[in-house]
Amino acid sequence: MKVKNIFLICWLFFSLAVYTPGLAAIPQDHTDENSSAQDEDLHNEKENEGKEFNPSDFVFDHIGDSHDWHILTTPGGRHVSIYLPVIVYSKKNGLHVFSSRHLAHGHRYRGFMIMPEGELEGEIVEIDDEGNINEENLPLDFSITKNVAAMMVVAILLLWLFLSLAKSYRKTGISEPKGIQGFLEPVVLFVRDDIAIPNLGEEKYDRYMPYLLTVFFFILLNNLMGLIPVFPGGANVTGNIAVTFTLAAFTMIIINTNGNKEYWRHIFNTPGVPWWLKFPIPLMPLVELIGVIAKPFALMVRLFANITAGHIIVLSLVSLIFIFKSVAFAPVSIIMVLFMDCIELLVAFLQAYIFTLLSALFIGLAIKEEH
Amino acid sequence: MILASNSLTTPELGTIVWTTLIFLMLLVILRAFAWKPIMQAIKAREESIKGSLESAEEARREMERLKADNEAIMAEARSERDELMKEARDARDKMIAEAKKQAKTEADKMIQKARTGIEREKTMAINDIRNQIASLSVEIAEKILNEKLKEGNEQNKLIAKLLDDMDLKEN
Repeated sequence: MKVKNIFLICWLFFSLAVYTPGLAAIPQDHTDENSSAQDEDLHNEKENEGKEFNPSDFVFDHIGDSHDWHILTTPGGRHVSIYLPVIVYSKKNGLHVFSSRHLAHGHRYRGFMIMPEGELEGEIVEIDDEGNINEENLPLDFSITKNVAAMMVVAILLLWLFLSLAKSYRKTGISEPKGIQGFLEPVVLFVRDDIAIPNLGEEKYDRYMPYLLTVFFFILLNNLMGLIPVFPGGANVTGNIAVTFTLAAFTMIIINTNGNKEYWRHIFNTPGVPWWLKFPIPLMPLVELIGVIAKPFALMVRLFANITAGHIIVLSLVSLIFIFKSVAFAPVSIIMVLFMDCIELLVAFLQAYIFTLLSALFIGLAIKEEH
Repeated sequence: MILASNSLTTPELGTIVWTTLIFLMLLVILRAFAWKPIMQAIKAREESIKGSLESAEEARREMERLKADNEAIMAEARSERDELMKEARDARDKMIAEAKKQAKTEADKMIQKARTGIEREKTMAINDIRNQIASLSVEIAEKILNEKLKEGNEQNKLIAKLLDDMDLKEN
């Protein structure tokens, strides 16, 4: 009941956001006089005018990040999108904050534009007064992109979910789990009993539970939201290398700030290894230091690759319909996508589990006492 | 490098910054207001369940102990009762036997007494009869003699005869 409410509230919130002009959710007409004046608009018009369908563009458009959040395109060719805030900092022009609506369809605004194609496609670049694009020094882009916005949705959902869970515990005390507790408590207990305690030990697991729980539910909810094809979902957050990089970096920081003497001794003076491997050329320490980087690197790539691959497969299956240019192929495509989505559902849980498990395992190895 | 040239595998600084910010905020808020109370509540409940189970187990053990005690007491009481019963039975048997024995001797004695009494009475009766018979015989004899001695002749004859008999007897 409550879980349903959350989605309902989110849906209402975003529906409101979409249809409120203040939030820049303005349906853009493609044959608009303003945009047709710009020759950079070609990219978008291609799609509408029945040009050759390019599955690769279609797929990478959807799994990539963008400065607006495309919701739907009406049969009349109107795009309904949320234009997210652009926050750019350039050495020359300073900090700029404006709606990405000004940059839509290749428009230039305050000397910035989004590269329509090429190696820097989708990046915000600076243009000088003569109209030259500065491809060397890109401005720092701190925009709230689609992925960041999706992440914020997930963060709000998580806060809502777990703050109300905490509140419900204050109410029920030590009696049996009720409502939302019955739904979330087994998962929390799973993280504690099957991830934290076996890897970190009875005495020390408490300290790392907040991180493990947060990272588990953050990844899980992002994965699940990514599977929902309609608006608040659909973003490829955990399939974004920057996101997985950040999460893996958190794990790496926790491993290395909590590592005990034994952990550092294993790195710099690996026991059970002949001395000539450590001196004069510190071969083993080098290998161990590579291991320090490799562990979180593997975490980063694993999550990124699994989620992105899932999205690519689903999108490819959908684009089969357009490649064959036949509605008759749609049922086949739908069945295959349905099958893939079931697997992706499993993968969503699995990857959240694996990331958390390996984080706990690595932390556990770093804090383990020698017996 | 293939990886570096692809926008998909190039981490964007902006996304990293935002992810860090969002994740850290999420971590801090959830840690303070969600994970701590949730974990504490779960732990408190688990401890209370554990405590209840332990006390139930304790109570069960206590019950068992009491039951065993009861059984021992019962068994003891039963054996004591059996012993008492046996003693009582023995006493009864002994008493019966004694009484029987006593009754028998008493009876024997009485029978003996009766027998001697009877014997004595019998002797007395016999003697009595004998005496009566004797006196009767004498009487009869007297009467007969009286009859016979009415005639003189006869008397003499008899006296003679009696005298003869007497002589013979004295000899």
